[in-house]
Amino acid sequence: MSPRSLAGQEPAPRVLGPVTVTDFVRYQGASGDFNPIHHDHLFATASGYEGPLGIGMYTAGALAAWASDWLGPAQVRRTRVRWKRPVFAGHTLTLSGRVVREYRDGDEDRVDLELTATNQDGELAVEGWMSFARPAWAGASPPEPIPEEQP
Amino acid sequence: MIDRDAVGAEGAPFEVRIEAGKVAEFARAVHAESLAHRGEDAVAPATFLTTQFFWEERVQGANPWHLANMSQERGMHAEQEYVFHGPPPRAGEVLRATSKITDIWEKTSRSGRVLVFVRMVTEFRDAAGRLRAEAVLTGVEPEEDRP
Repeated sequence: MSPRSLAGQEPAPRVLGPVTVTDFVRYQGASGDFNPIHHDHLFATASGYEGPLGIGMYTAGALAAWASDWLGPAQVRRTRVRWKRPVFAGHTLTLSGRVVREYRDGDEDRVDLELTATNQDGELAVEGWMSFARPAWAGASPPEPIPEEQP
Repeated sequence: MIDRDAVGAEGAPFEVRIEAGKVAEFARAVHAESLAHRGEDAVAPATFLTTQFFWEERVQGANPWHLANMSQERGMHAEQEYVFHGPPPRAGEVLRATSKITDIWEKTSRSGRVLVFVRMVTEFRDAAGRLRAEAVLTGVEPEEDRP
């Protein structure tokens, strides 16, 4: 198979929601983080929020899962996420991403992605960066562009 | 209020067992569809090691995060990173982990608020002592107004 870029072949975005407190609770049970701010309405409003605050690692986990479903969970080498805006029950999130780099790292071909979770108003809720070992089905990495020589 | 003396604090080692049922439950909760997360040798999802806290809380002195004294109401998760040295762990593996508070620093926001950041790094090693994964947790808390 000739080297072929994965850029531009990203799968369709995954639309999540409207997310519910049940989604938060299911994630809290799975992860073990039972901070009441994510499910207890009285606790959340007393802390100054309009209602239970979406759990950051839930949206981060969903974002990473979207990319992992594409390139393969066993290929994941690095995941980094940063939260930009709170998510509440009733919000609809769009998870997507794009290939930003295809390269060789040591003895492994790698693919780097930039990811975003945006809310129903198109605002950025979570940004993420992932590195994957290039899956066998994608063939070898295309050659990296040769940097232009400085004059 | 954040206790800046917590920097450098290292917790007692603790065991993390990657369990097939937990992996499947977690994969469902993050809407992962890959069949790789099912079965007896299920691959742990990219953020699965956040379940370290189940194991860490069972061992006295394992979690140094508490020493930083971050508020449950005002403290926020700012950033999270997982690095795998090779493929992510699979169900059936037993990892040995240690957490350490590596940095505490502050930044002034545009509105003039002082934000205090705390970073904790957890290393996960396999039976052969090889470093398999690292989790980097960064939390932030706005400082209470000084009198």
